[in-house]
Amino acid sequence: MKYLWRLLPLSLILLMSGCGVQNLSALDPQGPVAEMQYSLIQLSLYIMIFVLVIVFAIYIFVLYRFRERPGDTHIPKQVHGNRTLETIWTTIPILLLLMLAIPNVMDTFTLADVSVNEEGEESEDGEMDHVVVEVMAHQFWWEFTYPDYDITAGQDMYIPTDTRIIIELQSSDVQHSFWVPALAGKQDNVPGIQNDMWFEAPEEGVYMGKCTELCGPSHWLMDFKVIAVDPDTFETWASNMAEPPSNVTEPEGEVAVDGRGVFEQSCISCHAVGDDGGNIGPNLTNYGEREVLAGYMDPTDENLEAWLRDTQEYKPGNEMPNFDHEAINDEEMAALIEYLNELKILEEE
Amino acid sequence: MSYEKAQSKNVIWDWLTTVDHKKIGIMYLAGGAFFFALGGLEAILMRIQLMFPEFTFVQAQTFNELLTMHGTTMIFLAAMPLLFGFMNFIIPLQIGARDVAFPFLNALGFWLFLFGGILLNVSWFVGGAPDAGWTAYVPLSSESPGHGLDYYVLGLQIGGAGTLIGGINFLVTIINMRAPGMSMMRMPLFTWSSFVASMLILFAFPALTIGLLLLMLERLFGATYFAVDFGGNVIIWQHLFWIFGHPEVYILILPAFGIFSEVLATFAKKRLFGYSAMVFATLIIGFLGFMVWAHHMFTVGMGPVANAIFAVATMAIAVPTGIKIFNWLLTLWGGRIQFTTANLFALGFLPSFVMGGVTGVMLATSAANYQFHDTYFVVAHFHYVIIGGVVFGLFSGTFYWWPKMFGYRLNETLGKWFFWLFLIGFHLTFFVQHFLGLMGMPRRVASYLPGQGLDSMNFISTMGAFLMTVAFILLLVCIFVSTKNRTNVADPWDGRTLEWTTPTPVPEYNFAQTPLVRELDAYWHEKYEGDGKMKAAEPLEDIHMPNGTILPVVMSLGLVVAAFGLIYLVHPLTIVGFAITFGAMFVRSIKEDHGYHIPVEAIKRDKEEG
Repeated sequence: MKYLWRLLPLSLILLMSGCGVQNLSALDPQGPVAEMQYSLIQLSLYIMIFVLVIVFAIYIFVLYRFRERPGDTHIPKQVHGNRTLETIWTTIPILLLLMLAIPNVMDTFTLADVSVNEEGEESEDGEMDHVVVEVMAHQFWWEFTYPDYDITAGQDMYIPTDTRIIIELQSSDVQHSFWVPALAGKQDNVPGIQNDMWFEAPEEGVYMGKCTELCGPSHWLMDFKVIAVDPDTFETWASNMAEPPSNVTEPEGEVAVDGRGVFEQSCISCHAVGDDGGNIGPNLTNYGEREVLAGYMDPTDENLEAWLRDTQEYKPGNEMPNFDHEAINDEEMAALIEYLNELKILEEE
Repeated sequence: MSYEKAQSKNVIWDWLTTVDHKKIGIMYLAGGAFFFALGGLEAILMRIQLMFPEFTFVQAQTFNELLTMHGTTMIFLAAMPLLFGFMNFIIPLQIGARDVAFPFLNALGFWLFLFGGILLNVSWFVGGAPDAGWTAYVPLSSESPGHGLDYYVLGLQIGGAGTLIGGINFLVTIINMRAPGMSMMRMPLFTWSSFVASMLILFAFPALTIGLLLLMLERLFGATYFAVDFGGNVIIWQHLFWIFGHPEVYILILPAFGIFSEVLATFAKKRLFGYSAMVFATLIIGFLGFMVWAHHMFTVGMGPVANAIFAVATMAIAVPTGIKIFNWLLTLWGGRIQFTTANLFALGFLPSFVMGGVTGVMLATSAANYQFHDTYFVVAHFHYVIIGGVVFGLFSGTFYWWPKMFGYRLNETLGKWFFWLFLIGFHLTFFVQHFLGLMGMPRRVASYLPGQGLDSMNFISTMGAFLMTVAFILLLVCIFVSTKNRTNVADPWDGRTLEWTTPTPVPEYNFAQTPLVRELDAYWHEKYEGDGKMKAAEPLEDIHMPNGTILPVVMSLGLVVAAFGLIYLVHPLTIVGFAITFGAMFVRSIKEDHGYHIPVEAIKRDKEEG
């Protein structure tokens, strides 16, 4: 019986960890940073449940014991206070808070430490022991630049597993916030200021990321993905992003060649494939491998056409114009979609 | 004006020109209740939109306007004015005064609030309400198209001036106008907590005013305080806003704490346990409230040193708050607890607020806050403290003081139905939101995608919101149904403090003779240790009263006209508006107004009738 009390918070934690979708929920951490934060959440929750149990016990007892009974008209003793009691309930909370404050201060400094070991930058097998990613937030999409590789990607952030990822956050317009709950808590993308953070992903997987600072009408659609792959695949991905394979640079199918033409006519001033094109919208070099379209839609042909025809309907307030049938006719649209779907850099032909 | 003339005014004109703190208090309550209903409507529209994933009940842009106006309305136009209503009506009665220190300013403060609030809401009808959140973070707010944010900066500046005036007025009133014998340490807790809240208003609102002024200059006249491209800094706004914004939540909660202290003591029939500890805890909360604003900004990149300091400072607030909670519990201990509706809300507050308090400590844990920040966990937390604390306090105060203000008790049966429905609806709405946040739902999202595990809890939350709506409608029914119970009882609850010594309805001069205060809980002391009547501190004399005046309405109206001129950059209109306001101020300055006297005979007549 006396151990049952200990199980109460534990069962709550079990209940909590059952909540949510894996790779999205902060209650199901997938990396050391999220785990550190999760254990801090657990610690604070245990302390707080301890407080709640005490307060609720006194509360229920008092309400039951001292309720007015029918016919009772006595006047209670008018008590002024009790110094001993008041000292106790001032001191104990201070001790409880110290139990939480000390690990919190340590973790706060650990999380802010984005320094890397300059000497050990490359480990013995020639792989980087950390990867820097500059994260530029835009209304309403994400741009990921890897300065050490000289590449830029949009929406999908590829990272190698078991490697420290140093994130440098910036914004090109209003304030955004970068949050991948399963890997790490958020930091803000503040215009004019760079914020740094770090995380690691031990397991391969696709982790959901979200913008958490109100940034306009499509704030709720400003999602992205963090895709953790093994370090070799990451190196392949990075070098193919820098120098795309021939299926991307020189499409072979007849329709895809036409599609490239449409792309060059209508899209290239804002979107780049390889080095070729503008940087106003997301880089599309690996569009064919996107998890989702426009940050949240299934990447089907129908959705892609619907999106291109009426981007303002699907993501109101974004910078991309609508392309009606005068701008791109049905045949051109089909060709463009074919071309875009073939933009794959990880699968060799 | 003579006494007779003052007695024979047209009803509408009387209310427009009144400087009586009781009538102004009732107007604050009416205005606040209207905006409370409006903010509630905005909330329910948002909850309907979030009932299902990818629901299209309202558009994303409209949703952003709803969330902005819900927050702004509830904080500035509902919670604060409702508290100001009680403060206006009750504080002079609790300290044995005939009015507040500056009756004219009191009226001006009310009309500024009302016109500021109306101005803000005009934006709905002229192209869209503000859409950048109640926090109006730049550059989203400074670059927001349309005029919504212009209405925000001007409406809040006008309303904020009213609040500042009100706060100063309460400070001076409480310092200067206490009855003989009412030392600071004999003041009822509601007066004490309102005093501390007024101090917070005095120091916090200027920060908001400056922020709003800068934002206005940026939006209307192309200034570049926050424009990064011109060397501006967007973080300045966040600091200015939260230097105001954090004390603001204590401005709201402290008077509510005061109400609970009165209600719990009254219905436990016991003196408040640890009165002086309660007073010092209130002062410490007020002081620390200014030291912790940056805990709203843990993720903007202040660095680990600032984050650690603000985290520890924030946790420290749990200590005085804990002292208050245990003192309330010990006030109940050994008492004879009566479960009236007023007390049910106070008793419902205790566990609800403690739950909001512990999530506050969790949020203060800066490293964990990176997960909590700007998610539904935060939404759950602040609704637990604001509804579980402030709104429960307002409802408790409503049921407690209603008989004094309006001469009849609210129906207890309906009141208890209202309480239980509201309590259950409230927990149903917001408890699940803690989990939604940690499961990956950011706040201020116009919708969410299916398949992310967020569907069922959002549905439950919306059901809870419907229940709260039903409960609120029940309150309105309760108020309407109860009007037939008019009894004009002076002291329905066996009260402890001076407001219950006045006859009901309270005469315009409050006290025929200023009472002499001999103890804390002065009236209780006289009832159980003395002869049941307050000793008079002065002979029965003619009472000097201030005249009513329409000038506060004119001044406020002038500022609204000027605001329209500024919003649409029609400069002649701006000049006309300011001319009206300054003209009225000029008239007020040069016109001699000595008020009038209520003759002793009239007071004696009142006494015999009473």
